[in-house]
Amino acid sequence: MKDKKNYCKDISFSEAGPGDAGKTGSWRIARPVLDPQICTPGKRNAPACYICWLYCPDGVITRGIPPKIDYEYCKGCGICAQECPTKAITMVDESSFLEGAEEDPCK
Amino acid sequence: MQVIESGNVAAALGVKLARARVIAAYPITPQTPLTEKLSEYIESGEMDAEYIPVESEHSALAVCIAAASTGARAFTATSANGLLYMHEQIHWAAGARLPLVMCVVNRGVGAPWTVWNDHQDSISQRDTGWIQLYANDHQQIIDTVLKAFLLAEEVMVPVMVCYDGYLLSHTYMPFDVPDSSLTDRFLPPYNPAYSLDPKRPANLNTVTLPDVRPDIRGDMAHGYMEIRYLLHKSMLDAIPALKKIDERFASVFGRGGAPFIEPYLCEDAEYVAVSLGSLSYHLRDVVDMLRGEGIKAGVMSVHLYRPFPAEIIAQALSSCRGVIIFEKALSYGYQGALTSDIKSALYRHTQDSSARPSIVNYILGLGGREIATHHLYEAFKSSCSPDGMKGEETRWIGLKF
Repeated sequence: MKDKKNYCKDISFSEAGPGDAGKTGSWRIARPVLDPQICTPGKRNAPACYICWLYCPDGVITRGIPPKIDYEYCKGCGICAQECPTKAITMVDESSFLEGAEEDPCK
Repeated sequence: MQVIESGNVAAALGVKLARARVIAAYPITPQTPLTEKLSEYIESGEMDAEYIPVESEHSALAVCIAAASTGARAFTATSANGLLYMHEQIHWAAGARLPLVMCVVNRGVGAPWTVWNDHQDSISQRDTGWIQLYANDHQQIIDTVLKAFLLAEEVMVPVMVCYDGYLLSHTYMPFDVPDSSLTDRFLPPYNPAYSLDPKRPANLNTVTLPDVRPDIRGDMAHGYMEIRYLLHKSMLDAIPALKKIDERFASVFGRGGAPFIEPYLCEDAEYVAVSLGSLSYHLRDVVDMLRGEGIKAGVMSVHLYRPFPAEIIAQALSSCRGVIIFEKALSYGYQGALTSDIKSALYRHTQDSSARPSIVNYILGLGGREIATHHLYEAFKSSCSPDGMKGEETRWIGLKF
């Protein structure tokens, strides 16, 4: 236990950065999909309001125009969709992105 | 230097000599004089440490956890309900693998309120992943505090140093206070393997998943179960580590040699009493009385209760006829916890079941009920025969119905 590497392994130890706990995008059951036509810059031709970027608890939304969502890590919490003032973000069921999604997965 | 002082002062002197850097504690009887003494040392400049006043025991341990995470040697102390109020943080400190030392000045727990001595407080924390050491007198208190820091920092598991409220905490006894040049040699400054660094932010003891997980570099990090297994393993490693520390202590101070158990006239004994803390020294008087009557009696004190030195205890007891366990605590609805532990040790480490000693469990002294020598004598003597060892029920000494 005297060496640092062991100590940091022997407790739960996390550093800031993408990917602690792996690609958490696989946890998602609904995907936030942003429509740039409805997003603030699209409507007013002004910089984005960045409410989604500000509210995202996982820091997976960029501060660009339009904001981009990193689906490798987005857990699908839906806060961005809830907070978006122009309702540009819609939560879409992940099953609709699966290959052959039109088929009934229970069959 | 020989002094005559209270058990609480013996503990405070040990903490001062250990050069603890952060003290956070909340006063509770009978621990209060210990923390008062430490605050005096710090206020007067005798001790270079930060004394952080807190509003509760839960906060006291939380402060120590934070201090130790930054690499400071930290200490707290409490008793009874204060210890129970810490309970959530007690588990936390062990899982976080922080080398804290805490004195538990043993007192019964409410309800009903009692401020007097028994062992229910620390025994109820048996399964938290802390090392538990019990001291029998003032010399052992100061010595054990010093050893406890070294042990905690060696295996990265926190240590409770338990001693009897009033019987030791408030009584005065002569003991040796070692010179700081010797204690500094024995216990070097704490050199943490890791400490929080604002330049490299990290989140300690974050939520784990049932399975292992990749960290930000993609390396697999332990899950909850691996981390908890390693705590158990380090607890077991504390047994050989304590032996080495005790040897080192003896080489510097000339005292030691009984890190796990302390037997008295046990070698040829047919009937051996077992207990924790000062009661085991009280029982020596009874052993002397019984020896005077030709009864081969002995008494064994258990210093290291967790990790439980099962093999050592079983070896020490396996050749006697009867083991008589005197306990100031119990697992309600069954028996004393030490009794269960000793039975389990003997089951595992004595192959021939017919040669296993019989076991009797006495419960006594709860909430400070007086333990008279003649009560111990009558109980011990009445157990020293095959008939006297019969029966599974706990036997209660000193009940007045």
